[in-house]
Amino acid sequence: MKKKWSDSSLKGWLYLLPAILFLGFFMVYPLMDVFVYSFEEGYNSASQTYFGIGWYNYSYVLHDPYFVQAVKNTFILVMITVPLSTGIALLISVGLNSITRLRSWLQTIYFLPYVTNTLAVGLVFMILFKKTPYSDGLVNLLIRWLGGESVDFIDGPYWAKMFVLCFYTIWVVMPFKILILTSALSSVNQDYYNAAKVDGTSKFRTFLRITLPMISPMIFYLIITGFIGAFKTYSDAVALFGTDLNVAGMNTIVGYVYDMLYGDSGGYPSYASAAAILLFAIVLTITCINLLISKKKVHY
Amino acid sequence: MTMIEAVGEKIFGKGRNSMKVVLEHLTKKFPSRDRKNHDDVIAVNDFHFEIPDGKLIGLLGPSGCGKSTTLHLISGLQKPTSGKIFFGEDDVTNLPPEKRGIGLVFQNYALYPHLTVRQNIMFPLQNLKGKDKLTRKQMLEKALEAARLVQIDELLERKPGELSGGQQQRVAIARALVKRPKVLLLDEPLSNLDARLRLQTREEIRRIQQETKITTIFVTHDQEEAMSISDMIVVMKGGVVQQVGRPQDVYDSPNNLFVAKFLGTPQMNIFEGQVREQKLYIGEDAVLEVKGVPDQEVYAGIRPEGFILQEDGPFCCDLCGVEVMGRDISVVSTNSASLNPTIRSVLSTESRMDISGMSVRFSLIPHKVFLFHKGTEERIHFEIGARAS
Repeated sequence: MKKKWSDSSLKGWLYLLPAILFLGFFMVYPLMDVFVYSFEEGYNSASQTYFGIGWYNYSYVLHDPYFVQAVKNTFILVMITVPLSTGIALLISVGLNSITRLRSWLQTIYFLPYVTNTLAVGLVFMILFKKTPYSDGLVNLLIRWLGGESVDFIDGPYWAKMFVLCFYTIWVVMPFKILILTSALSSVNQDYYNAAKVDGTSKFRTFLRITLPMISPMIFYLIITGFIGAFKTYSDAVALFGTDLNVAGMNTIVGYVYDMLYGDSGGYPSYASAAAILLFAIVLTITCINLLISKKKVHY
Repeated sequence: MTMIEAVGEKIFGKGRNSMKVVLEHLTKKFPSRDRKNHDDVIAVNDFHFEIPDGKLIGLLGPSGCGKSTTLHLISGLQKPTSGKIFFGEDDVTNLPPEKRGIGLVFQNYALYPHLTVRQNIMFPLQNLKGKDKLTRKQMLEKALEAARLVQIDELLERKPGELSGGQQQRVAIARALVKRPKVLLLDEPLSNLDARLRLQTREEIRRIQQETKITTIFVTHDQEEAMSISDMIVVMKGGVVQQVGRPQDVYDSPNNLFVAKFLGTPQMNIFEGQVREQKLYIGEDAVLEVKGVPDQEVYAGIRPEGFILQEDGPFCCDLCGVEVMGRDISVVSTNSASLNPTIRSVLSTESRMDISGMSVRFSLIPHKVFLFHKGTEERIHFEIGARAS
């Protein structure tokens, strides 16, 4: 006799039920709601009414200079920080992996930012970059000592602000990447290196042809999560430039969504939803491209 | 000449490439990691041996005896604490591995999993620089030749993960051979294979070695493996060479108790015994005449094939059982003087004897009996006389 629900699959579903319920309520339903909102034109959250269905919200968002600025900022941030942070983390990990003395000590130091409070990190960046009535910040001191002209990194020109934001992002994501990469590197069997050594493989070629392919799944993981994380940047920008990011010209897509909902000019859930769906589309596209590339370059 | 032999010769010429390997008082110490005991760990102690040109040598010993370290010293992956290594007339002690002209096959093969078999075999060739640099066509040719030699030319486009253990082993050997090394080193080449493949692969290694005539050194803890294919075996224990020689010679005439016990399956039977008036006593039985041995306590080792079932034999044991293997039968018995829990004697099935009752009596084949000093465990030689009865 064939039962539709075997005992074990019933149990399996039972175990999954809490997670499915929570995810359904707090993830899937809101996601669909956002999708619906994004097409409801002139939605009023107080009266729960709207005028009609259509593409107007998207059109508005796409023509909003603040949104365009936010997209530009986000893309610059993503394109600079993801490759740079992964590359630098790789260099540091390879370095850490090739030394024996002070290794665990250095590993701890490199990991410290990860366990440090965001506010403390913000404070450090204030000391480094911010101009106050009392000081110009450590970096400006350095620039002037080298004979340059001091720059206002927090309220000054666009490139300076972008530099600080990128610097901050890289610095914050680095520890996790170093942690992942050092463990990936040390899990590569020493025999591969010995085999390469016996064959007279140069250090560079060993790295390129053996080390990199061996840890490619981890690098790929870091790039994917790095992209997604960087596209969702918001709190970092707030920590550096305050909540009025549009005025500072440093808004991100997520920041734009937040402003549309709760900001001073907020109260437009439809615009926010449209912007969120656009962000979703962007992240989905980039992740798909990543997956396509990884099929060729990543060796499991 | 078969095609494969022709290929072997084409790659390596007729034994021109190989050379003898001389190890001169080689010692390797590792600093102690033990906080309480700061003495260095001596992995290899005064290894002094000349490996003749074009031979297959088995480094044999239990785990931790320093055989792998010796291999690493020869390969150059580790530097000796003292002593010298010569390849032919050249002192290579201070040369890095890549300049020694060796091929090394790792225990786990260390095939690059992301490269195809062909790319794996070509990998060493792509490292060549300067005047040795090869064109892509030459590389492909050489890779194909090496693959043919180990008979994997059908598998060139596969990834190592898609191959069986035996095939991976062959790829590893091909990769080690493709640069025409002067010395081929194999680290536990058969330990990752199942029993049947092991038998097949060891013959394969023998064949490849004989075709290429490369001086080959391999490490193993399996005495059967070493005995079956080596021209010479080196038995090691605790970093010290115990005995060197042709497998049969070492088996027939072990230098000490360790070598005697280590070689041969089933293991040699060891008894506590005494020599009194030129006779070997095990328990109260005078089992064998041993001329020229002064009276003393000894260990007596008897190979399983050294027993002859004889109704009025001098050596009496309590019978435990009989195992019939087809080709031969093992009689399992016990004796209070035995150091092994049971005594195993292997008899050919032709000697159809009625084995029943509580006890069994043997007479001994003199040259299958060995005496060892109770203190030093060194061999005590005796003149073979008439069988005591």
